[in-house]
Amino acid sequence: MCLAVPALIKRIEGSLAEVELGGATLTISLALTPEAQVGQYAIIHTGYAIGLLDEAEALETLQLFADMEAAASEADAAEAAGP
Amino acid sequence: MTERILLAHGGGGQLTHELIQRVFVPRFANAALARLDDAAVLELCPPIAPGTRAGRLAFTTDSYVVSPLFFPGGDIGKLAVCGTVNDLSMVGARPLYLSAGFIIEEGLPLADLERAADSMAAAAAEAGVSIVTGDTKVVGRGSADGLFINTAGVGWAPAGVDVSGANARPGDALIVSGALGEHGMAIMSLREGLPIAAPLRSDCAPLNGLVEALLEAAPAGAVHSLRDLTRGGLAAALVELAEQSGVGIELDESRLLVRPEVASICELLGLDPLHVANEGKLVALVAPEAAEAALAAMRAQRYGSEARLAGRVVAAHPGRVVLRTPLGTSRLVDRLVGEQLPRIC
Amino acid sequence: MRYLDEFRDPAQARALAERIHALSTRPLRIMEFCGGHTHAIMRHGLSQLLPPTVELLSGPGCPVCVTANRDLDYAIALAQQPGVIVATFGDLVRVPGSRSSLQRAQAEGGDVRVVYSTLDALALARAHPDRRVVFMGIGFETTAPTVAASILQAEAEGLSNYAVYSAHKTTPAAMRAILRAGEVGLSGILGPGHVSTIIGSAAWEFLPREHGIPCVIAGFEPLDILRAVAWLVELGETGRAEVGNAYGRSVTGEGNRVAQAMMARVFTLDDADWRGLGRVPVSGLRLRPEYARFDAAALYPLDPGPAAEHPGCRCGEVLRGTLLPPGCALFGRGCVPAHPIGPCMVSAEGACAAYYAYGERP
Repeated sequence: MCLAVPALIKRIEGSLAEVELGGATLTISLALTPEAQVGQYAIIHTGYAIGLLDEAEALETLQLFADMEAAASEADAAEAAGP
Repeated sequence: MTERILLAHGGGGQLTHELIQRVFVPRFANAALARLDDAAVLELCPPIAPGTRAGRLAFTTDSYVVSPLFFPGGDIGKLAVCGTVNDLSMVGARPLYLSAGFIIEEGLPLADLERAADSMAAAAAEAGVSIVTGDTKVVGRGSADGLFINTAGVGWAPAGVDVSGANARPGDALIVSGALGEHGMAIMSLREGLPIAAPLRSDCAPLNGLVEALLEAAPAGAVHSLRDLTRGGLAAALVELAEQSGVGIELDESRLLVRPEVASICELLGLDPLHVANEGKLVALVAPEAAEAALAAMRAQRYGSEARLAGRVVAAHPGRVVLRTPLGTSRLVDRLVGEQLPRIC
Repeated sequence: MRYLDEFRDPAQARALAERIHALSTRPLRIMEFCGGHTHAIMRHGLSQLLPPTVELLSGPGCPVCVTANRDLDYAIALAQQPGVIVATFGDLVRVPGSRSSLQRAQAEGGDVRVVYSTLDALALARAHPDRRVVFMGIGFETTAPTVAASILQAEAEGLSNYAVYSAHKTTPAAMRAILRAGEVGLSGILGPGHVSTIIGSAAWEFLPREHGIPCVIAGFEPLDILRAVAWLVELGETGRAEVGNAYGRSVTGEGNRVAQAMMARVFTLDDADWRGLGRVPVSGLRLRPEYARFDAAALYPLDPGPAAEHPGCRCGEVLRGTLLPPGCALFGRGCVPAHPIGPCMVSAEGACAAYYAYGERP
C-alpha cells in the first residue's frame, strides 16, 4: 500500500528529526509519532515517521527465520543421510 | 556588482569576441583553437605506408542540460567533456578533439560560466583531448535554464578495432566497471527538495583511459561491445545491447554493486538502481576466454577498481535481459518508462 | 540497511518456501490487498517459490489505480487555473484521465510539481505567497495522516495559500465492497503492512468474524511476505479464520493513535468513487467543514466535464481480483507502460505494470 522504510533517529529538534538510512541522512517529521526518541528506528513514509519499529519484535522474527532455516537444513541433512 | 552575461554577448560583435578571448581561449589554450578559424583543421593520423588503412575517424555529439549546474562530484562543464569522451571510447576510438557550443541564458553570472569552463579544461586535460572549436549564443532571460552545452568529438579508431553494440555473442562475459546509480541519485538528492541532508557525489569521470587499458590487455577483437551507462542506467544499456546484437543477457543481482547511501535513497523513493543514471561507468561484453585478463586490466585502473563479472550473454530470450535474484528466482529487466519520479506506494 | 537487508536472506527464504510446499495440499486463493506487495512479489520473483496450489491475486491497493477519472480530471482542470500550483506525488503524473493527464497539462503550461512529501508542498506555499498551492491528496490511511498533519501545520502557521484536494480512501470499506460483490472466492487476505501500522491489526477482525476469511498482515520484504503466505496456508489447510500479525515490528493491535486522531480531526468519512469498484459507501475521506478554507474542492468548484473510461479498459476487474492482467485484451498490446490506457499499467504499484515489468507478457 505504501512505501515506508526504517531509519535510525540521530537527532530531534522540535517536531523534526534527523535520521540515518544506510549511510544517507534525512530530515523527517515526527508529527505522527511525538513519543519518538533518539536511538529508535522510525518507519518513514513520504517524509513522516508513521510508526516506531519494535526492535524486540524484529529480533524475535529474525530468530524465528533462523530457527526455521536450521530445522530445514537438518531435515535436508537427514534426508541426504538416507534410511 | 556581479558581472552577468548580457544579450549583447551573443551578438557576435565585440562583446562576443571579448567573451571568447577572456573565458575560453586562455582555458582551452591550443594552437588549433588560437587561430579562431571557422573550423579546426586537425592532424588525424601519422603518415603510414601507402595503401594500408590507418584506421577510421570516430565522430559524436551530445548536449548537456543539468539542473543544478553544479553538484558534488561534477558540474555541467565536466559532464559535457566526459560524456562525449566516453561516447567516443565506447566504439574503441581514442578521443582527440572536441567542439563546445554554449547556449547561455541572459543573467547567468559570469563566474558560473568561468567555473564551468574551468571544469571543461580540467576534464579535457585529464582525458588528454583538446577543445579546438566552439560557438557561443545568448538567449533572453527565462528561455534557457542558465546554461546549455553541446560538445561534439572526433577520435581515431585504429585499423582492426571493431567495438559495437551489435557484436555481442552468446557466451560473452558481462563486466560492469563499478558501483551503480551514483550520478542520478546525486542530482535527485539535490533537486527534488528531498529531505536528504548530505547530498551524494556524482561518479562523473572520463573513461577513455579505462577503455584503452581494456583493449590493450584483451586479445584483438575479444572486446565485443562497450556501453557507457548514462540516462536509463544499466537496464537501458543492456536492453539496447541485447536488441542490437539479437542476443539474450543474464544479469546476476548479487554480483552488482550499489553503495549503501544510493541503495537506501532508492528504497526510500521506490526507485530501482538499475534504472538510475551514471556518468562514469560502463558495461563491457567480452569473449569468455578474455574475461579474466579484461577484469584484471580494468581493476588496475582508477575508474575500474571495482569492476566485476556480473552476468553473461546467452542465446535464449533474444532481445531481453533477465535478472537472477539472490533468491534463485528471475525477473525481466526493461527500460524505464517516463521520468524517474519518487513513488509513495 | 538495518531491518531491511536481514529480511532478504536467500537461505531463509528457501526454508520458508519449502515449508509452504510441505503445508499446502489444496488450492488457496490469496489476495494481496496492497500494491506494495504486488511490486515486492514481482521484484523478487516470489511467485516462482510457491507451489501451484497457492495463487496470489492483486487487489485494489494501489492509491493511483483506484483514483477515479473524475478526481483526475479535476486535478487536470485545476492545473490550468491561473495562479495555481498543483503539487502531487510522482505516481499520479502519468495517469491518463478522461481526456488528458497532469503530465500533459504541465506541458501545456499548467504548473504541476512533483513532491515527495506534504512537507515539500508546504515549502512551495511558503515560497510562493502570491500563488495557491493545491496538494493532490491521494493514498490510503498510511498517507492521509501526513496530509492531515500538513493542514494542521498550515493552520498553525497561518499559511493561507495552501490547500488540499482530498481523494483519500479507506481500506476496510474497499475490502467489504469486494467481498460483498462476491465474485472472487478468496481463501485468504495478505493484509497491508503500513496501512495497519496506522489503523492497527484489529481493524481487520471483520474479515474472519463476518466473512470467515483469514487475514495475515505482512511486511514488504521477501521473508515477511513468505511468512505471511505460510501462515495463510496453515490457516487455510485447517479451516481456521483469524487475523495474524506477521509484521509485529511495525504493526500493533490498536495502531498509531496520534495519527488516527489527527486524521479524524481534519477528515470525515464520506462515500467515494473508486475506479473499478464504483461508488463505495463510507470509503472516502473528505475535509471537515471547519477546514473548508483548506479544501480545494470548496475553493475551486470546477466542473472538469464528464468522466469517460476507455472502452476496452478492464482495470476495474483487475482491481476487484476477478481478472489477471494477462487476461485483458489490451494488456501488453494497446496498453503498455509507455502508452498506458488504464491506471493499473501506469502506476509502478499497479498489477498490470508489475506483471508487464517483471515478465508476464503476451
